[in-house]
Amino acid sequence: MSLFDHKVSDLHELLHKKELKVSDLVDESYKRIAEVDDKVQAFLTLDEERARQAAKALDDKLDATKGLLYGMPIGVKDNIVTKGLRTTCASKILENFDPIYDATVVQKLQQAETVTIGKLNMDEFAMGSSNENSRFQKTRNPWNLDRVPGGSSGGSAASVAAGEVLFSLGSDTGGSIRQPAAFCGVVGMKPTYGRVSRFGLVAFASSLDQIGPITRTVEDNAYLLQAISGLDPMDSTSANVDVPNFVSALTGDVKGLKIAVPKEYLGEGVQESVRQSVLDAIKVLEGLGAEWEEVSLPHSKYALAAYYLISSSEASANLARFDGVRYGYRTPDAENLLDLYKKTRAEGFGEEVKRRIMLGTFALSSGYYDAYYKKAQKVRTLIKQDFENVFEKYDVIIGPTTPTPAFKIGENIDDPLTMYVNDILTIPMNLAGVPGISVPCGFEGGLPLGLQIIGKHFDEATIYRVAHAFEQATDHHKKKPQL
Amino acid sequence: MSRISTDQVKHVANLARLAITEDEAEKFTKQLDAIITFAEQLNELDTDNVAPTYHVLDMKNVLREDIPKQGLPREEVLKNAPEHQDGQFKVPSILGE
Repeated sequence: MSLFDHKVSDLHELLHKKELKVSDLVDESYKRIAEVDDKVQAFLTLDEERARQAAKALDDKLDATKGLLYGMPIGVKDNIVTKGLRTTCASKILENFDPIYDATVVQKLQQAETVTIGKLNMDEFAMGSSNENSRFQKTRNPWNLDRVPGGSSGGSAASVAAGEVLFSLGSDTGGSIRQPAAFCGVVGMKPTYGRVSRFGLVAFASSLDQIGPITRTVEDNAYLLQAISGLDPMDSTSANVDVPNFVSALTGDVKGLKIAVPKEYLGEGVQESVRQSVLDAIKVLEGLGAEWEEVSLPHSKYALAAYYLISSSEASANLARFDGVRYGYRTPDAENLLDLYKKTRAEGFGEEVKRRIMLGTFALSSGYYDAYYKKAQKVRTLIKQDFENVFEKYDVIIGPTTPTPAFKIGENIDDPLTMYVNDILTIPMNLAGVPGISVPCGFEGGLPLGLQIIGKHFDEATIYRVAHAFEQATDHHKKKPQL
Repeated sequence: MSRISTDQVKHVANLARLAITEDEAEKFTKQLDAIITFAEQLNELDTDNVAPTYHVLDMKNVLREDIPKQGLPREEVLKNAPEHQDGQFKVPSILGE
């Protein structure tokens, strides 16, 4: 039994009853990392010295007024900047980057007095669905070490599933929190675009990126999102909306709730076991008093193409800043400034990152902008309208998170398009900006499956209510990988 | 028909400030051609009267008070620079020899 089998609220109580110390929690993290991270390879950088000092200081000043996340050990995806703690985006171009400020979410974690254990592996610049695009290491799925953990937040999901940390932060541009959460059997939330500040999140696609929590339970997820949400003057795209008490939404009551099940999410390409697990989940919710109907999101099939044009275009602009001048890698043999830019970027970026920069630069270039980039943004409007239409009559949309369980390492690496299809069920939510969660809903061949619950803009509370009711009625989240 | 030529790929690589080899140019030509061909399914949709969505939330021109404040300290900012001198970033000569 691991300490991290307990919920945040239980650990909090143990801390306050002095039956547990923050140092015990931090010890548990590093002990488990020492035991299993050779196999899982979730962490890129550990912050052990500072974490142990922090734990000691927190133990000394613990009193009854301290908040719920006080002393809880957390892992942070390596595209979220942490002052004085190396932040690489799993890229050679940032291999030795030492940030000089903290991301807003990291500042918020400090206010909540969590303890940062280390930085987690990912696909380079969050571009990928398997963590195979990391320039440093391949994180493995704790349920089966021959399988990918998903991506791009693969380290964030694997570290939680493996019991190396209590919870973690990831980021989601086209499914990068929800897909690895599904593959690793944990709970991952992509909040509404604008809910969480992106200040200090190294930008991939600015109109799609969101930071969100990965946890073992829905309740813990709600607590962590609560702590990182809110308007931030440093991010002009963060939204000026109230942050409700997400945990108070966990009533277990879904009577009369109206669920929409899009036929497009259970159709072609979705494996039978995945389809069945979602149908079973719907029955569970029906048994709890929810009502469901089949609906259509007719433009779903166009989401993937629109997404790759938009996200790559934005990436090509965002990644222009990596030029070998102000920070990061610089080529050792440049003849002049132009040569320095070109060689630095050619040597510093990995293949998938280059491919997307190329696609984005092409889609934005003179003569092609209207045909590709602008066209994709118009299709995005249609996809967003699909959601608006369904949400006029329904409270949530339900479907699978991924078309299959975790695939084998190396299986899809040579064909970009096949790899991209993994994200087909998660991409539309980023295009529409709506929130979505993945919760465990079954197993296929010993590999976890994820149920996706999608809500209206800024209605994470309803998503949490449904996810929690489902979780309490099932046992999937109680199973742990054997490592 | 090919959607993109190797010459175009080289042109795009130059715009993107990426040095690429002949082999890479050929590989990217094939891969980008496949992705662009896939993306052309968007042309099945009539979008003449559809406005593009650049931003999903209904907000524009987010302004704040223009109050001067201290920036990041220079030595901190230069800490991650590959090369710097006299408080400035240093680069090779722009035009070469």
